[in-house]
Amino acid sequence: MAGRQYELVYILPPDTTEQQVTELHQQIEAVVLRMNGQIEKTEPWGRRKLAYEIGHHKEGVYVLEVINGTGELMKELDRRLRVMDQVLRHLVVRVDEEKKVVDRTRTKRQTESERRRVKRGLPPQRQPGEGRPAADADDGDDDHFDGMEV
Amino acid sequence: MPFGYGRSGGGSGGGGGRGRGDKKPGDKEKGQRRPMFRRRKVCKFCADKIDDINYKDVKLLGPFVPERGKILPRRISGTCAMHQRKLQTAIKRARQIALIPYVTD
Repeated sequence: MAGRQYELVYILPPDTTEQQVTELHQQIEAVVLRMNGQIEKTEPWGRRKLAYEIGHHKEGVYVLEVINGTGELMKELDRRLRVMDQVLRHLVVRVDEEKKVVDRTRTKRQTESERRRVKRGLPPQRQPGEGRPAADADDGDDDHFDGMEV
Repeated sequence: MPFGYGRSGGGSGGGGGRGRGDKKPGDKEKGQRRPMFRRRKVCKFCADKIDDINYKDVKLLGPFVPERGKILPRRISGTCAMHQRKLQTAIKRARQIALIPYVTD
């Protein structure tokens, strides 16, 4: 079975030191490695204002991790993060499927536009300086047509 | 339009004439305004070719979460059904990790 990819975002209190952040990261990494997973990417967002208060905190330190692994692994991570009281909030989202869909639509659109352009006798890629002339004119037309319709 | 207005003012005796005169500019105003109100709504995500509605992209989600914190309905934003569904999950996820408020008052 193809590997699954998950995103894990967690929020730590604003007074967390950098050392504590790395410590927690190592803990997570240990769990991931133990269960045959792999951390693809770690993205510390740093301090951010929270949209609402969580446990009287108005700010939080955000960390995003992209993890390749199984569902069991994420279940275990979820359970552990739930227990840790230094983690204000966390969220696990599976991303591989959506990513695939997005990639597919993007390539499909690309090939489709190339095909159409070739059919019209143009080079497959858009040339610089080429494009729709004057967007306002188009707008004006639209308004006019609407008025006529009424 | 100024000509018509002046005439209705001059014919002070005729209530009916005056009424018509009043109504006429009003109609015209409506006619001018209408195209603005009735502007065809287009799904932002279809128009801009945004494939990925991600919960981490607060800037993208922002316009669809009005002041009160509710999700902007489709009938107002003009988003298509598929993208509104994706938008909905993205906003709900963003709420969970406090990027977007649940409520604001």
